[in-house]
Amino acid sequence: MLYFTRWKIYTIIGVCVAGVIFTLPNFFSRELMAGLPGWLPHRQIHLGLDLRGGSYLLLEVDMPAVVKERLAGLQDSVRSQFRTANIGYVNLTNDDRAVTFTLRDPKDRDESLRILKSLSGTVGGSALGGGQDEVQIAIGSDGNGSLTLSEVALLDKSARAVEQSIEIVRRRIDETGVNEPQIARQGDHRILVQLPGIDDPDRIKRLLGQTAKLTFRLLGSDAEAASGRAPPGFELLPSSDVDRRSAGPARYLVRKRIEVDGGNLVDARAGSNSQNGEWIVNFEFDSAGGRRFADVTRNNVGRPFAIVLDNKVISAPVIREPILGGRGQISGHFTAQSANDLAVLLRAGALPAPLSVIEERSVGPDLGADAIRSGIYSILIGFSLVVIYMALAYGLFGLMANVALIFNLILTLAVLSLLQATLTLPGLAGILLTLGMSVDANILINERIREETRKGKSPFAAMEAGFKRAFATIVDANLTTLIKMLLLFGLGSGPVKGFAVTISFGILTSMFTATVLARLMMVSWLRWKRPAALPV
Amino acid sequence: MYRLRLAPDDTDIKFMKGRYAGLIVSAVLSILSVVLFFYPGLNYGIDFVGGIVIEARTPATADFPALRAKLSHLGLGQVALQQFGTAQDVLIRFERQPGGDQVQQAAVEKVKAELAKDFAGTQIRRVEAVGASVSGELFRNGMLALGLAVLAMLAYIWFRFEWQFGLGAVITLILDVTKTIGFYAVTDVQFNLTAIAAILTIMGYSINDKVVVYDRVRENLRAYKRMPLRNLIDKSINETLNRTLGTSMTVFLACLPLALFGGEALEEFAWVLLFGIVVGTSSSIFIAAPILLFLGEGRLRRGNPQEPETETAPEASEG
Repeated sequence: MLYFTRWKIYTIIGVCVAGVIFTLPNFFSRELMAGLPGWLPHRQIHLGLDLRGGSYLLLEVDMPAVVKERLAGLQDSVRSQFRTANIGYVNLTNDDRAVTFTLRDPKDRDESLRILKSLSGTVGGSALGGGQDEVQIAIGSDGNGSLTLSEVALLDKSARAVEQSIEIVRRRIDETGVNEPQIARQGDHRILVQLPGIDDPDRIKRLLGQTAKLTFRLLGSDAEAASGRAPPGFELLPSSDVDRRSAGPARYLVRKRIEVDGGNLVDARAGSNSQNGEWIVNFEFDSAGGRRFADVTRNNVGRPFAIVLDNKVISAPVIREPILGGRGQISGHFTAQSANDLAVLLRAGALPAPLSVIEERSVGPDLGADAIRSGIYSILIGFSLVVIYMALAYGLFGLMANVALIFNLILTLAVLSLLQATLTLPGLAGILLTLGMSVDANILINERIREETRKGKSPFAAMEAGFKRAFATIVDANLTTLIKMLLLFGLGSGPVKGFAVTISFGILTSMFTATVLARLMMVSWLRWKRPAALPV
Repeated sequence: MYRLRLAPDDTDIKFMKGRYAGLIVSAVLSILSVVLFFYPGLNYGIDFVGGIVIEARTPATADFPALRAKLSHLGLGQVALQQFGTAQDVLIRFERQPGGDQVQQAAVEKVKAELAKDFAGTQIRRVEAVGASVSGELFRNGMLALGLAVLAMLAYIWFRFEWQFGLGAVITLILDVTKTIGFYAVTDVQFNLTAIAAILTIMGYSINDKVVVYDRVRENLRAYKRMPLRNLIDKSINETLNRTLGTSMTVFLACLPLALFGGEALEEFAWVLLFGIVVGTSSSIFIAAPILLFLGEGRLRRGNPQEPETETAPEASEG
């Protein structure tokens, strides 16, 4: 264990130098780094939200709502299919998994099966087929029928809803100009959003809290509306004008049929009305949407239509003339902020399902700065105490252990930089703790050498025995800690993971610095001085 | 040459004489801890039970009576106010609001609005709101991590040593962990995700310590074929005493500044670790070793003639 070949020495020194090089970028600002040549290492450790300030939001996609909406759509299709085919039915309804109905005449069973087949798409599978029916259709001989969403369809739907939601969330957040937001899927139907530098995420929460489903629909007649009950194909929707600032009714009778929806929008911008200075949102349809809008307005001049956002009527203007250019505007007693927000929502598109914030953690930037400061002070003081103790307890070899400890710190930071890992407050604590624990290896080695020396062994023999015997113990001791940290990493969440990461890399690099680097120093000294007795 | 020694070299302390005392004291403390765990119970943080924590800095010295009066009338249940750091810093805590996850969010808005209205200039420095579904999962995962860690340790030490060592280490570990939980109950420090990290760290540290002592026991078992187990364990503890104390010392020193100046979030964590270091170090000597003696007596000396346990000095058999 005491002999180092030349290339081994070079490798050890090389690793240490590389450690220093890869740690250095952390001490320079990003702007400065950007100005340096590209071949220089430039990766830095990211600071976690608890250190730099920011918001952490965990969102949940409301899956039951997705399923419910699909079933409601299915129910509508069943109704219209039966109507076109003149098949009598009763009790058409849906529960949380299936649409059910009863045929008036069970003899219509085969015909019904045939026409309902067209409602089911396929899910899963590839271009070559092999997909499964989205809907399982069953009609008993008594005329009781059901359309059930298959398990595969549900999974497929939920996966797609989460993917789409992530995309929309990303677009909405990008629109607000937050720097480096991190948006990631977590678990089956959750989305993790991290917003550095945002300590008051109210606006973002407001933006994400709306599905922003915009639809243009026709209104029912006033007489029907006055009755207070919605006839088939219509529904009563509340006005979004809850403060009753305008003279319009509190509820509108709106057709269920959607003429054009927000999916056809290509642009939306907040602006102001040139006549009364009110805030409005200007929008523009794509060509298909523009054509449909033109048709609808041409056929319904003089009648009111409703602009509905998330089942609330924003406004219900009367169509004065056909709108042919595919452009329009929404007015609805907006403020600058709400007009801007609506424009952002419309540009980004609608969420496939409502999102709710189930966990929020926000830290102000000055609190983060305080945390860094006290964390770094603690590390420096703790480090000094350990260094002083080692020097007092083991003299020259203690100093060598201290050099190894410094490189332990440098290499840990280098690995974290290379991985561009995120350093959190618990992570800082982890680094400090690693420093305390990694000198354990040197203590084991030094104690062992001391013991062997006292048994009367020569300096070389004592050192050989010291390293050899202590090594197995060191491996055992460190592996047990590593196992723990892997568990913590796997099961912990957010900040606690940072703790596991720094300790793990701290321990791994300490295996190198405490046994290899310290050994190289001690052996080199031994060969150079050839002392009669070891200074232990 | 001056050398700082935490214990003199060549100690020959008969640790195993105190084995009953050690085990009894430890068992009593652990049982007390378990009792405290159930009554009065732990101060669970919002990670595990959900709820709202808001850290605010008021422009002048915080007016606690006024804050309490205003905030307790928001219809959000009992408000807990706590001062920390400077006289301007207030920690506002509400229990989890009954209802869904959105209700927590609405409650946060209410508190913020109230602070902005009646305590103008108040700075919101930190907000945490955790709903029921997340807190339940975090708690389950935390407990799972602790359980798996114990099993992993058992498996590892069993694999590397003999089963007596593995069992001894795990029993000691459980005694250490229960005491740490007792520490949480007594000090009323919040039991949250950080606590799980602290307990896992203490487990890691404690096992590390046991491994070193056990390693020496194993080595001595091979070196001294005739020494009675009891003397051999004493000898092993004495030989590793300086290392055991030395490592505890360095980890303790590294942790101490964190406990004193680490800032609100890390201080509690560091105090628990300091407690754990003391527990973990003492349990290596007074718990793990005696258990090994009980479990291993007559078994760990395979292939050798059984020797009656004697009080004779072990030096006689040394080579």
